[in-house]
Amino acid sequence: MIPLAYYLAISAILFTLGALGVLIRRNPLIIFMSVELMLNAANLAFVAFARAYDVLAGQIFVFFVIAVAAAEVAVGLALIVVIFRTKHSIDVDLMNSLKG
Amino acid sequence: MLMSETMISTFFNLVPLIVFFPVIGLLINIVFGGWMKEKAIGWLASAASGLAFVVSVLLAVSLSGAHGEAQVVPFAEWIRIGELNIPWNFRVDTLSVTMMLVVSGVGTLIHIYAIGYMHEDVRFKNDPGRFRRFFVFLNLFIAMMMILVSGDSYLMLFVGWEGVGLCSFLLIGFWYEMDTLGRPSWANSDAAKKAFVVNRIGDLGFILAAMTMFWYFGSLQFGEVFARAEEIAAAQPLVMIAITLFMLIGVAGKSAQIPLYVWLPDAMAGPTPVSALIHAATMVTAGVYLVARSAPLYTLVPQAQYIVALVGALTALFAATIAVGQYDIKKVLAYSTISQLGFMVAAVGMGAYVAGMFHLVTHAFFKALLFLSAGSVILGLERGHHHLAHHGRHGSPKSPTSDSDPRSQETSDSGHHEEVRRAEPVEAFDPGDMRNMGGLRKTMPVTFWLYLIGTLALAGIFPLAGFWSKDEILADAQLHYPLVYILLTIAAFFTAFYMGRQIWMVFFGKARHDAAAHAEESKLIVTAPLMVLAGLSIFGGALNLPYLHTFTHWLGYTLGGEGAQAVAEGAAHVTEVTPWYVLGGLNLAVAGLSTLLALAAIYFSWLIYGRKPLAAGQKDPLKKGLGFIFTGMERKWFVDEIYWAAFVDRYVDISRFLADVIDGRFWHDWFHDKLLAGTYNWLSRVALDKVIDTRGIDAFFNGLGELTKQASTNLRRLQNGFVRSYALAVLFGVVAILGYLLIR
Repeated sequence: MIPLAYYLAISAILFTLGALGVLIRRNPLIIFMSVELMLNAANLAFVAFARAYDVLAGQIFVFFVIAVAAAEVAVGLALIVVIFRTKHSIDVDLMNSLKG
Repeated sequence: MLMSETMISTFFNLVPLIVFFPVIGLLINIVFGGWMKEKAIGWLASAASGLAFVVSVLLAVSLSGAHGEAQVVPFAEWIRIGELNIPWNFRVDTLSVTMMLVVSGVGTLIHIYAIGYMHEDVRFKNDPGRFRRFFVFLNLFIAMMMILVSGDSYLMLFVGWEGVGLCSFLLIGFWYEMDTLGRPSWANSDAAKKAFVVNRIGDLGFILAAMTMFWYFGSLQFGEVFARAEEIAAAQPLVMIAITLFMLIGVAGKSAQIPLYVWLPDAMAGPTPVSALIHAATMVTAGVYLVARSAPLYTLVPQAQYIVALVGALTALFAATIAVGQYDIKKVLAYSTISQLGFMVAAVGMGAYVAGMFHLVTHAFFKALLFLSAGSVILGLERGHHHLAHHGRHGSPKSPTSDSDPRSQETSDSGHHEEVRRAEPVEAFDPGDMRNMGGLRKTMPVTFWLYLIGTLALAGIFPLAGFWSKDEILADAQLHYPLVYILLTIAAFFTAFYMGRQIWMVFFGKARHDAAAHAEESKLIVTAPLMVLAGLSIFGGALNLPYLHTFTHWLGYTLGGEGAQAVAEGAAHVTEVTPWYVLGGLNLAVAGLSTLLALAAIYFSWLIYGRKPLAAGQKDPLKKGLGFIFTGMERKWFVDEIYWAAFVDRYVDISRFLADVIDGRFWHDWFHDKLLAGTYNWLSRVALDKVIDTRGIDAFFNGLGELTKQASTNLRRLQNGFVRSYALAVLFGVVAILGYLLIR
């Protein structure tokens, strides 16, 4: 039985990688993937806790997260397509017209 | 008495009708008068007054059936504040019924007379619409006078007192936009204002009396006040004197006594029926009625009584001397009225209430007769003048041109009415000036005889009404008040003299003006009421003949002790003192002396005015004989001028001072403008605007705005539009929150 801490460590590493990806990369597709990485890091933590404490709720929650993530990606990709059509680029740093 | 008790009490319950008949009459005339003919308006008003007279007669009959016992008929609740409770009750006793009979009786006759008189008057003065207004005012006067005499409290009496004052004002100023000769001027309205203002001074006295009375008696009802009078008089005699003397001021105002008589001569500006009804027969006697009504109070304070008697006697003499020097037929009668009112006030002041009331009644008859006859004379002269204007002149240089004739307007275009009136020359024919008369005996015989009867009655010639009543006053004065007796006797001499002068000047000699030569007798509607009054002037003395003393007994029911005392005194003269010349209460010496004096005065007047009649334009022969004394009489002893200089001008000075200095400079310029507005301005401009507002409130809010602006300028940099920097911020935020949660 692999201890809980290992899972959490991997989860934390994955989350950090995801967060770094969101902050550093300018390609929205990569950013989406990084977001997926963060979500799945959270999912891993949920599942690990669920198994460690023998609670089903964590596993069920993961399903919800996966569903919401799928929906989010669908909306996100649609947005990216629209943005590409208007700006002929999908660099996030070019999308800075909403500023103070 | 044949009538049953219920019948009698029913009659007593009719008493509100004496007020409401005239009120109904005037309401009908106000509402429907516009559609009614002149005759209908006049007769309706006369009927309203006549019905009031009928009710008065019924009351008198019931009263004698009830043995003269005073009846109080409750009518309505009026004022109830705290302990002050004043209902509107009607008081039916012999005194009030006497006044009711005089007011409504003489009033009705004058209403009828006025139908004829005002018909010509309004035609002459081009305003037929006023006919209705005149009768509305007359009916209102009758109603108010009835309230005055029938009220059961001093306050109710005061309501009537003020009401008749108002009617007097309205009727003196009836032709408000012209003078007595019909020329455009404010003379008549000035006369009305003078009457109103002088009366107001008197009313102040009345109000003070009523207030003092309420303060000490706690009531204004006659019954309650009189019941406590003796007690108060014993405890606080000064209060009683104050009340009675304050009341005297009211009496002096309303009954035209010194020093407030000055309004009455000017009141002759009103139409003649008004002079007869209000300013001779009824309203001006209200003061006498008030003293007689307050007999239980006056009897307790002899000092006040003496002052009242003296005021009356002085007025009687003073006014009689002025009457000698007047040329206006109505002015002579006006001063005569003041003088006769002086007789009455002197009588009631002496405690001879019956004599005073008796003279009030007979005076109402013969003075109304004289005034109405004078009105007939004036109308006759106007008719003569009218006649002249339409038939060309007869070569007299004094004859006025047709332009000066007020009636010539009738023929002119009514659209240019105003212009025509303004175009009139100042010189106008005065139909009331006795110097324009003369010889009217032949042209106006009926009026002459009526006037003669009135004159003899006023002069106190046996056996006319004035003889009995005046003699009764003189006899009472001779008993206790020698000074008053002397004053009144001299006044009686003057009375006969000026009336004789008037008769000789008006009716004898030759006409001094063409209008007088062409004067025409008045119609029956004018002379018929005069005949009734003449009959009353002849037989009025029968009310209180020696031995019978009907009137004394009649009033004795109300005046109680006083009346009975007078009867007893009369009896005492027969039985105890018994000089041979006193018969049944008639003092032959007094009566004989006054009659002799009157005859002598008439003889003198004949010597001066009758033997050698005045020629046209000639000065009064007395002027030569008496010189400046006559000038004094002619100019009314300069009382108006003195009052003007002493009071009116000073009053104007005071009001100028108040308006100019106190109100203008002090209150307006200094206090309001400088102090209040200045301080306010300084405060608002300097203290509030510059300091508190600019530096305080403004600065605070401007600072707030500046702060917000600064903050936003600084903070806007955070929102740079780079999504990843936002994400970083979110990350830091989450880390910070988690970190806080962990460390906590």
